[in-house]
Amino acid sequence: MLGLLERKLLFVTGKGGVGKSTVAAALGALAAERGKRTLICETDAKGNLADFFEVGATEFEPTEVFDGLFAMSMDTEESLKEYLRLQLKLPLVARIGPLARTFDFVANAAPGVKEILTVGKFCFEVRERNYDLVVVDAPASGHIVGQLAAPDAIKELVQVGLVRDQTGWMMDILGDPNKTGVVVVAAPEEMPVQETIELADRLETETVVDLAAVVVNRVLPELFNRPEEEIFEQMRTDEVVEALTDAAGGPARPVLDAAELAVTLRRSRAGHLSRLRDELPDGVPLLYVPYLFQRSHGVRATKQIAGFLGEELGY
Amino acid sequence: MARGQPTSATSGSLEELLSAKEIVICCGSGGVGKTTTAAAAGAMAAIHLGGKVLVVTVDPARRLANALGLEAFGNVETRVPDEAFADAGVEPRGELWAAMLDTKQSWDDLVHRHAPDAETRDAIRANPLYTNITGRFVQSHDYIAMERLYEIHTSGRYDLVIVDTPPTRNAIDFLEAPERMADFFSSRLLRWLTVPYRSRLVNAATRPFYRIADTILGSAFLEDIAEFFLLFQTMYDGFVERARAVQRTLEDKRTTFVVVSTLESAPVREAEYFMEALDDDGYHLGAIVFNKVLPNYLLDTKAAKAAKAMAERPDEIAAALPERLGDPSDVARVVDEVGNSFLNFRVVAARESEQRKELAAQPDVIASVPYFDADIHDLAGLLRLGEQLWS
Repeated sequence: MLGLLERKLLFVTGKGGVGKSTVAAALGALAAERGKRTLICETDAKGNLADFFEVGATEFEPTEVFDGLFAMSMDTEESLKEYLRLQLKLPLVARIGPLARTFDFVANAAPGVKEILTVGKFCFEVRERNYDLVVVDAPASGHIVGQLAAPDAIKELVQVGLVRDQTGWMMDILGDPNKTGVVVVAAPEEMPVQETIELADRLETETVVDLAAVVVNRVLPELFNRPEEEIFEQMRTDEVVEALTDAAGGPARPVLDAAELAVTLRRSRAGHLSRLRDELPDGVPLLYVPYLFQRSHGVRATKQIAGFLGEELGY
Repeated sequence: MARGQPTSATSGSLEELLSAKEIVICCGSGGVGKTTTAAAAGAMAAIHLGGKVLVVTVDPARRLANALGLEAFGNVETRVPDEAFADAGVEPRGELWAAMLDTKQSWDDLVHRHAPDAETRDAIRANPLYTNITGRFVQSHDYIAMERLYEIHTSGRYDLVIVDTPPTRNAIDFLEAPERMADFFSSRLLRWLTVPYRSRLVNAATRPFYRIADTILGSAFLEDIAEFFLLFQTMYDGFVERARAVQRTLEDKRTTFVVVSTLESAPVREAEYFMEALDDDGYHLGAIVFNKVLPNYLLDTKAAKAAKAMAERPDEIAAALPERLGDPSDVARVVDEVGNSFLNFRVVAARESEQRKELAAQPDVIASVPYFDADIHDLAGLLRLGEQLWS
């Protein structure tokens, strides 16, 4: 099987709140560490990407955030300008007049245009071989299918014109599993698992893009094996709690309560995890990233997660 | 009570807030438990405040429908059966209703309402762009959610309507949607666009625009677009007036916003941003709900001291415990794990407590819901969460 980072274009998606952007940033960092010239791009305007690398706000023009890793944020208006300039050779702004308003119209009135400007930009970077790998911090699972299916949708709506002409080569790149893949990030909780299973199905039926991997983020550690768990149960009795409190020099009950919480959380999550394993299509690799008990989500956390992903990928 | 945590004496309750309002809009970033919070608040209101309460959700999990004692629910409002409450051991003073937001259906209804005649209505629905636009138009979900809310509210069928907002890329998108929709339909661009198909007369100022649009999109597609908007313009007056009325409802004193967040950094930042936006635009921020909050005991310094001792001297501590627990080295490992686990979770709890302090300054009502270790499967489970919200 083709290594995840051997592909050229990865769309990282997932339900809101599962750590999608963190994983995208970590994949970018991992690829760059392994010597790949990597572009990472965020597609919403939240500006989270900058936090994961602790750099200033990213812009449409990529900046190198560390060795071999370039970061940018998608701006569809800039993408349109670039497209007109590079693809259509249109000497532009002066002649179109109020581009911003024109753009507003085009983007809002013509469905799929914003999406195709976004996806098109990534495909363009791949086609031009400007980078070894492009990692996209893509929209959440609710929106990703619309984005990836945009070239196809446009092809149906628009019968002639340059936009239609452009969709062919984009589809070739998107549909080639050696080049493009989707990485779905899930947390071992009910709704994220549910959405991941549904998304896997929709990617298969509604888009040409291959599901490259599922990353399970925030997996809680297993505290005890079976005999240890029995010992733990016995520790919960008043007599032992008292002895433990004396020996430890502070109240032991809350400490035991916290362990109990950790055990139950892990147990309820294990059920969701096994459902995920059972219902995903065969052959989709699952990569596990442990829960990080961390103070912050800065560059240190990004690198740690990159490390875990590297281990899971066998590096 | 942990540092920085407001006491109930300084803040009001969700009960007070909901009893004074007619529309509650729950917002926050994805994955923070917005839908569950909206449903739990609705159930509590139906039980304690009485009257007819409707919860409108965007994308309900099947589990939520089940938790409400329903097989499923759709665009049509469905009443939660009394048996579901009886099973949970409560007798509600009022009625709880639930509905889902079906974007396509709601757009069809809207067209139906505003189209001047059946012919225009059918032409709009047959336009190839219509399905696409209603399904994918960037703001269409946002707008239709607010539109539906307005429709329900003005129908007078409910005493209280609680809405769960669609997952937007930008939390305030849906607030601006009515205004943008009105702007869009009255924009010069739209007039520009539709002019040549009416008069075929393109003036010098707009010619470059068409040339570009033609090159990029092809004239056939442009004509589709133009036709669509020409048809839509027949609904213009009704539509813009409607969008303005929706806007007024959102700004009304009877409407309040509840921001839902976990205490992780990204959702907190979004909540912060959202609260500022609400404030700037003069909307009423009624409450903030923190979900999945770790227990307070993690912040207890004495317990932390005990946990640290357990992690540092597990063998010594294990030796002080009754022998019947098992092999001393096994016991020591358990002691070690327990201590470390506490310290790990404490790091997260401390970070979250900081986040919370930064956010808690703003609204009157602040509610915390602890980390529930099991999923919610029935109304009783939803009410356990509701109890945490309520007082």
